[in-house]
Amino acid sequence: MRILLDKFSKSFGDVRVIEDMTLEVNDGEMLALLGPSGCGKSTTLFAICGIHKVSGGRIFFGERDMTDVPSQERNVGVVFQSYALYPHMTVAENIAFPLRIRKLPEAEVKRQMEEMARLVHIEELLGRRPAELSGGQQQRVALARALVRRPNVLLLDEPLANLDAKLRLEMRSEIRRIQLETGITAILVTHDQVEAMSMCDRIAIMNAGRIIQIATPQEMYRNPRTAFVAGFLGNPPIAFLDAVARDGWLAVEDADIRLPVPPGTRTPPDGTPVVLGIRPETLGREGDAPIRGRVTFVETQGRENLYDITLANGSVLRSIQRVSDDVSLNDEVEWRVRSDQIFVFSQNGERL
Amino acid sequence: MTGHLRSWPIVLALSVASAPLVLMYVYLFVDTVTNAPPGSFVPNEFTLEHWSFLWHTPRGRPSIWRVTLNSLLFATSTAALVVVISSMAGYVLSRLNVPARGFFLAGVMVLHAFPAITLIVAIFLVLQVVGLYNTLIGVILVKAAIDMPLGIWLMKGFYDTVPWEIEMAGIQDGASRFTVWRKLVLPQVKPGIFALALFAFLLGWGEFILPQVLAPGGDVQVLSVYLASLIADDNNFDMALFKSVGLFYMAPVLILFFFFQGHLMNIYGGGTKG
Repeated sequence: MRILLDKFSKSFGDVRVIEDMTLEVNDGEMLALLGPSGCGKSTTLFAICGIHKVSGGRIFFGERDMTDVPSQERNVGVVFQSYALYPHMTVAENIAFPLRIRKLPEAEVKRQMEEMARLVHIEELLGRRPAELSGGQQQRVALARALVRRPNVLLLDEPLANLDAKLRLEMRSEIRRIQLETGITAILVTHDQVEAMSMCDRIAIMNAGRIIQIATPQEMYRNPRTAFVAGFLGNPPIAFLDAVARDGWLAVEDADIRLPVPPGTRTPPDGTPVVLGIRPETLGREGDAPIRGRVTFVETQGRENLYDITLANGSVLRSIQRVSDDVSLNDEVEWRVRSDQIFVFSQNGERL
Repeated sequence: MTGHLRSWPIVLALSVASAPLVLMYVYLFVDTVTNAPPGSFVPNEFTLEHWSFLWHTPRGRPSIWRVTLNSLLFATSTAALVVVISSMAGYVLSRLNVPARGFFLAGVMVLHAFPAITLIVAIFLVLQVVGLYNTLIGVILVKAAIDMPLGIWLMKGFYDTVPWEIEMAGIQDGASRFTVWRKLVLPQVKPGIFALALFAFLLGWGEFILPQVLAPGGDVQVLSVYLASLIADDNNFDMALFKSVGLFYMAPVLILFFFFQGHLMNIYGGGTKG
């Protein structure tokens, strides 16, 4: 079901958390609300499911205005960060709870509960209690409980934050598989860009209560609208470098670097200070613009090495390259940048 | 073994210090089933005559079983009232955004610290006026009201430890706030409810002043009042009978403690987190 937030605002007392936010989630789409802590993404989530009352604006599910509908009638499935399973009930009772509340006949409750348990692969755990499950299993139960009543929308509040790295990888694809299999509209709240990029159809990146950009993960990575977006996506992260526009080039004067203005970028007037964003994978052995510096940090990641190189003016750039033995700490290197793939931002962070 | 050697002076000192207490308890029991010649501590005959109050009601006194039933009714009713009302009020004060919540919280705290005995004259007058003087219901209501602040505060502490997410999940699952409380939150505070019930029962069982003042009549006497009337009776002064009834009065408490002391500890384990 399509979800629409229309000029949604939320304040707590005098603190305005979100102002005039408009967001549309298409039917069957999985959208990530990505942003740092305190940017209002969880607030948005709780407004959609009705735990928080909105201070302004409207919320639509399909054509229906849900703004003043109580939580119980919105039919929203929520998976909480702590899973919030009912500790005194077995897995089967947990999953069946939403159905029993709706007073479905017991045979129907059992049938739907078992069908959902099969979907999330926990058939053999139905008799256990939450305390006897691992984190990943609890997560599956929470998903099953949220999905069993066929909600209009599934909300996931940092669902992977409490899992260890390996399980996180597994549950990432599991959640996506279940979402695609059920065809449900889903909103994922996360501060982890890898989760957002790997699980979702589109990402809405938020900062300080507003949405900065909504795009597909690839589009957002290739074409960030602001320096904040560019800095949030990508691991290892992008490095920023202060520069000025000079004679149609972008120059870092005290580090002896001159880069051509990338295609599609408006050439700023002479003398304008700008900020260059250079991703680690665009700096390496191949490219068109030379950059000289000293290797000040080497991190082996197995397949690749991550280098920090310090320029003459003290700025640090990152480079990620295939593992090779010819570069070691404190070497002076001259590497190249693919200048058509760098980003140019104005001083206030807007992309030029 | 050196550790044991070094601790024996302490053990000895404690034994000597607590010997009078132990002796008192021993004699409390021994005196109820024996007779001793005048002037001697050493009993010389075994007898059950001091327990005859169980099957023979002395003239001018209510039957012991009637009194025991009254005590049971009094203690269980106050416990039930305290548990039912505190479990709801505690939830409201812990979770709901009710008007004047801070005032209520502070008020409950003050009432808890308030010496109830100072109210006794006013309560007496009120019960007289509404016609509940010398009835069990009247004294049950008063006792429950006086125990309530402790119960409410205790239950609030238990509710405070239940994660919010469980309630949010219940709401999202379509349950009303009342269903969430009854089916999801209440089971989480079961240890608290059990402990409070036990605690309130023991408080009721041991209460003396309120029944003595508010319900002294023979039909509504409770055990503590009965016991006090024994010692107040100058005509038939019988120390052994007094001890027997005292032991009889104490037995249920001992049994409850023996079986449920773990649950009582919960009050200090869970309740103080709030």
